[in-house]
Amino acid sequence: MKKLLSMALALVLAVGCLTACGGGSGDKGGSSDTFRIGGIGPATGAAAIYGNAVKYGTQIAVDEINEAGGLNGYQIEYDFQDDVHDAEKSVNAYNTLKDWGMDMLVGTVTTAPCLAVADKTVQDNMFTITPSASSPDVLMGDNVFQVCFTDPNQGSKSAEYISENKLATKVGIIYDSSDVYSDGIRAKFVETAKSLNLEVVSEAAFTADSKTDFQTQLKQAQDAGADLVFLPIYYTEASIILKQANDMGYAPKFFGVDGMDGILTVENFDTSLAEGVMLLTPFAADSEDEAVKSFVTKYQEAYKEIPNQFAADAYDAVYAIKAAAEKAEITPEMTYSEISDAMKAAMVEINIKGLTGGDEGLKWEATGEVNKQPKAVIIQGGKYVSME
Amino acid sequence: MSFLSYLINGLSLGSVYAIIALGYTMVYGIAKMLNFAHGDVIMIGCYVVFTLMSQYGVHPGISILAAILICTCLGVVIEKIAYKPLRGANSLAVLITAIGVSYFLQNLALLIFGADTKSFTSVVNMPPLHLAGGKLTISAVTIVTVLSCIVIMIALMLFIRKTRAGQAMLAVSEDRDAAQLMGVNVNGTISLTFAIGSGLAAIAGILLCSAYPTLSPYTGAMPGIKAFTAAVFGGIGSIPGAFVGGLVLGIIEILGRAYISSQLSDAIVFAVLILVLLIKPTGLLGKPIQEKV
Amino acid sequence: MKTGIKNMKKEVRGQLITYGLVIGVFIIVQVMLSLGMISNLMQGLLVPLCTYSIVAVALNLCVGYLGELSLGHAGFMCVGAFSSAFFTKCTMTTGLNENVRFFLALLVGTLTAALFGYLIGIPVLRLRGDYLAIVTLAFGEIIKNVINVLYIGRDSAGFHFGMKDETSLGLGEDGEVLVNGAKGIMRTPHQSTFTIGVILLLISLFVCFQLVNSRSGRAIMAIRDNRIAAESVGIPITKYKLLAFTISAAIAGIGGVLYAHNLSTLTAQPANFGYNMSIMILVFVVLGGMGSFRGSVIAAVLLTMLPEILRGLADYRMLIYAIVLIAMMLFNWSPKLIEFRKKFIADVFKKKEKEAA
Repeated sequence: MKKLLSMALALVLAVGCLTACGGGSGDKGGSSDTFRIGGIGPATGAAAIYGNAVKYGTQIAVDEINEAGGLNGYQIEYDFQDDVHDAEKSVNAYNTLKDWGMDMLVGTVTTAPCLAVADKTVQDNMFTITPSASSPDVLMGDNVFQVCFTDPNQGSKSAEYISENKLATKVGIIYDSSDVYSDGIRAKFVETAKSLNLEVVSEAAFTADSKTDFQTQLKQAQDAGADLVFLPIYYTEASIILKQANDMGYAPKFFGVDGMDGILTVENFDTSLAEGVMLLTPFAADSEDEAVKSFVTKYQEAYKEIPNQFAADAYDAVYAIKAAAEKAEITPEMTYSEISDAMKAAMVEINIKGLTGGDEGLKWEATGEVNKQPKAVIIQGGKYVSME
Repeated sequence: MSFLSYLINGLSLGSVYAIIALGYTMVYGIAKMLNFAHGDVIMIGCYVVFTLMSQYGVHPGISILAAILICTCLGVVIEKIAYKPLRGANSLAVLITAIGVSYFLQNLALLIFGADTKSFTSVVNMPPLHLAGGKLTISAVTIVTVLSCIVIMIALMLFIRKTRAGQAMLAVSEDRDAAQLMGVNVNGTISLTFAIGSGLAAIAGILLCSAYPTLSPYTGAMPGIKAFTAAVFGGIGSIPGAFVGGLVLGIIEILGRAYISSQLSDAIVFAVLILVLLIKPTGLLGKPIQEKV
Repeated sequence: MKTGIKNMKKEVRGQLITYGLVIGVFIIVQVMLSLGMISNLMQGLLVPLCTYSIVAVALNLCVGYLGELSLGHAGFMCVGAFSSAFFTKCTMTTGLNENVRFFLALLVGTLTAALFGYLIGIPVLRLRGDYLAIVTLAFGEIIKNVINVLYIGRDSAGFHFGMKDETSLGLGEDGEVLVNGAKGIMRTPHQSTFTIGVILLLISLFVCFQLVNSRSGRAIMAIRDNRIAAESVGIPITKYKLLAFTISAAIAGIGGVLYAHNLSTLTAQPANFGYNMSIMILVFVVLGGMGSFRGSVIAAVLLTMLPEILRGLADYRMLIYAIVLIAMMLFNWSPKLIEFRKKFIADVFKKKEKEAA
């Protein structure tokens, strides 16, 4: 009897599934009077912080464009699907969005899932622009574009900057060996540093499973005599590192990359700990730039948080779509593949200012890689100050 | 000198593991279940302290008491709703329900507090201790953590040995049915165990976040699983075992990272664990399992 | 003797129902696919559903029949996935027929997982209960951690191994990095199809059913029910335990092969090969009923689909998922509820009988 009931329960659920799926498949064609933009990223799980930033940043851009009359006169619908930072779930999310009738994809947020999804979008010829998946491997086809810097680019730029400005002679590195982003930057940094006669005295790793305590890694850098510690990691871990270094009484220069952006906005973080930290970032939330100010205000009103570079990159991704869509004169009647063909031709011709473009703005190569200059900033008095 | 300082880091990390492991091991001893939601009760405790202290400016001491109280209630409620109906069922069924509770707490926190990381203000506001001419620095949190760990362990042992309720716990853990026949209130005892375990979780969480000051809905998950490992390592069900297991695990993790390989530190910890268990199959201080035909 | 025959028949019938169920679903899905009635999401889910069903069957053999709690089956999946993807990657340029290559990759993955299962089983199976669980968990985590720092490259001089980074491999000009640390193995071909998945699931079920209904299977269950009694009647405990554990690992490896050839990139992340996955598989097994392979398959299918179906709930998705999981566990396992259900059903049936009379 117990089995019978279990089976009945299973049956009820299965029927529920089928009806749910049926609903999805009925909508395959998409609609002809709106553009449907999909987004994929982690909205739950340990990486949710990045996925939500992208989701919110995109939403703000979409709302702005809709208010101003839409994309080529058509409104945009936006749907963001959770992938829990897992490749397989990311593909599920992509398929869900296809069922919904997606025309273009802003995503995915994190690198490893993006590799799996980009592979599918290349097969389908679906226009894809990822705000934040920074590995160059993501650019698998001519329909995939990136808004953030690539990892090697950041690694070499950081090493060059440190060497040119003679910030240090002995460098220690603390990085996440289980993270593609962090490891990618670290590898290129070490390679470039070698050619620039910058001595890397310690390379200490942590992994996704042990990222609470960094005193060991800091101690190793200290014992090796590093006068600068390079942190190609995200700001969550960086905030612990700064705290622990302070407790230890170790005060080298700290140099971060774009993942470090956001450290000043961690709720309740003592910003005096970040005093003197340098980083290369395309975005600063407290910039005097009008566009940035307006974005930050809207973001804070809507989500009660200060946006980080993920949100800014996502915002720029939507505006890149807008610029390219206007140039390519696409309409929602076109299939996603036709849209993709038109968009990829237009992408290499556009130049948008963007939140992350600095003075020269954002331009794209045919490979999908973005052309923008990272800006070196130093944190002083709880604010970014340009180092030039 | 570096070695000493690594050792102290290890002690600090290990004491946090130990306090979490104490909660695991107590619940295991009495209810014979692995409460995988324990790590997430820790996280809830941290959020309570964080909200009270940083957003409403409540005194740390009161915040801590509030967190202990809320976690205690939470533990009892979870036990009543999710675990009690399964008493008498296979222990694996309870394990899976505990995993469900763990997902529930994580996602509840995600909805209420958001995914963004919060920086936790340490509840310990004392200057670090400098020894050996400033070469060796011990932070105040480390000292407080180690001390509270020892105090909690001794208090727990005294409670179990000296009080009626503690004796009842011991009786229930030895043989639940026999204890019931002798007039022990089994349900009450199990509730009490969950209450104490969850209260300890709150303390562990506050110390964890004071030493490693970030807070997110997933803060409790990894320390939880490490503490579970520590509890088994020391011999699950044994209170001194959890203490020793936690400390040893923390020290191995830090020393392995410092002297062998920082990339492989997880693998090193687990490899040592396997070796120890192969030599002592019931953990460091676990009771040998008696087999009856 | 009579009851023995009756039991046999019942077992055979149970097996046939399971095979029939899988084949039936397969046929329905194929028909619906050809009619274009299945959404992209469901199409994408078909292979993962097979993967998790296979791994759930594997773990059920270990937990339900051998009676040993393993929290490391994601590790065996990982070994199967990486070894087969590595093989595929190595032989991609040799011009080997695609299907032959996949078959060989399948063999490589399964055998490697079996080898790991055997080697790990020797020390681990001496332990009991939760100690065994934690040691299998430890092995799973070690495997994941080591793969994350493993670099293998190939050039004209042969294979190069490293534990540091790409450049330390010292590859020649024509070199190619095959396994790239945290980045894992990239650009593996998609070769897992629903048909292959179902065939592999049927094979796994067949192997498990044959094993548990054989002489060895009865020995394994005897060990589970009473180890000392089993030993005293002369059953070689270690041999049978190892047998079941190795087969279980090998089948988990099959699941891994399927997983590896379904996605274009293979990385060992906490989400796919960490202890979380091992626990998820355990959830399938316990929810489906320990010792019931059919239950494992059904639970794996339902619980893999559930979060996808709940996507409409947006932010509340995983919260609802957790509640449903707890509710299902209570419903299926609570002694009081089971009693209540029994009574309820008995009442309903009695009424029907009365009405019929």
